[in-house]
Amino acid sequence: MKILRYLIIGIIFGITLAKAEIISWYRIYEMFKFQSFHMYGVIGSAIVLGIIFIQIIKRKKMKSIDGKPIEIYPKQHSVSRYLIGGIIFGLGWAMTGACPGPMFILLGNGVGVILVVIAAALLGTYTYGLLRNKLPH
Amino acid sequence: MNEFINFISQPWPWYVAGPVIALVMFSLLLLGNSFGISANLRTMCSIFGAGKTCEFFDFNWRSQIWNLIFAGGLIIGGLIAHVYLTPSQEVHISQATINDLHALGVEDPGSSLVPESIFNWESLFSVRGFIMLVVGGFLIGFGTRYAGGCTSGHAISGLSDLQLPSLIAVVGFFIGGLLMTHLVLPHLLTL
Repeated sequence: MKILRYLIIGIIFGITLAKAEIISWYRIYEMFKFQSFHMYGVIGSAIVLGIIFIQIIKRKKMKSIDGKPIEIYPKQHSVSRYLIGGIIFGLGWAMTGACPGPMFILLGNGVGVILVVIAAALLGTYTYGLLRNKLPH
Repeated sequence: MNEFINFISQPWPWYVAGPVIALVMFSLLLLGNSFGISANLRTMCSIFGAGKTCEFFDFNWRSQIWNLIFAGGLIIGGLIAHVYLTPSQEVHISQATINDLHALGVEDPGSSLVPESIFNWESLFSVRGFIMLVVGGFLIGFGTRYAGGCTSGHAISGLSDLQLPSLIAVVGFFIGGLLMTHLVLPHLLTL
């Protein structure tokens, strides 16, 4: 039944992103045009609250429900990997108006053709796996 | 109950959505995992057998089942919102955005979740539709894995932990997004 928790959290996340219009292509376009505060408010408030949550976890040395300490691993340092990878992702994000989460939520919203976007994203991920050793990291 | 349904059927403001996203991240940490949706794309490649041809996908994907279940929840959440909680398909974008998209030939901007003229099966056979959906999807999959995360893993989880790599990635997301929106989309949308 443990697995059910993830399903419920996913459902809450899916409803929220749908109801706040975050899964809309138009909202992403509007964000990159700086024509509304909406998306900045969503991401900004999530980060501010996220910083508080993570500080609480670290300072109280909180444990996860199975009793293990919560470890948040620092990401490896690099510039090229994050910058180049980030730019490539950003190009795709603005084109399809969907990042990986919203892709799945759009599918639930009946946008069937998003399956093609998901399939293309899988192909992109696979291609990265093939080229990984040749790319600067 | 009906009043409640009507109440939550309105579009949700940012100050509701942002905190819920932070709580989702917090809950996943309390459950002993971390918030990062694009990892599912790698897991799905592994399930489809990519580990046989590429060592990057040769890992124990069963440890990621919880994340696939989470993604399954996203689909169900989208369905629930769509069927029960969204009386109107309208997206409440600004007038300036509507005007800009009008000028680029997009019909009725904001009248549905996505531009209907692009997000349909026939559109895949047009240059514009193929580029936006297939090339766009490919760039997302390639870019997230190269950068080691997407909006959830870097912008939310990473920035909440004040990690510099995530800040660099998010700067990259915006460079790419701004280039696309301001320099490429005006040509692509009018194709």
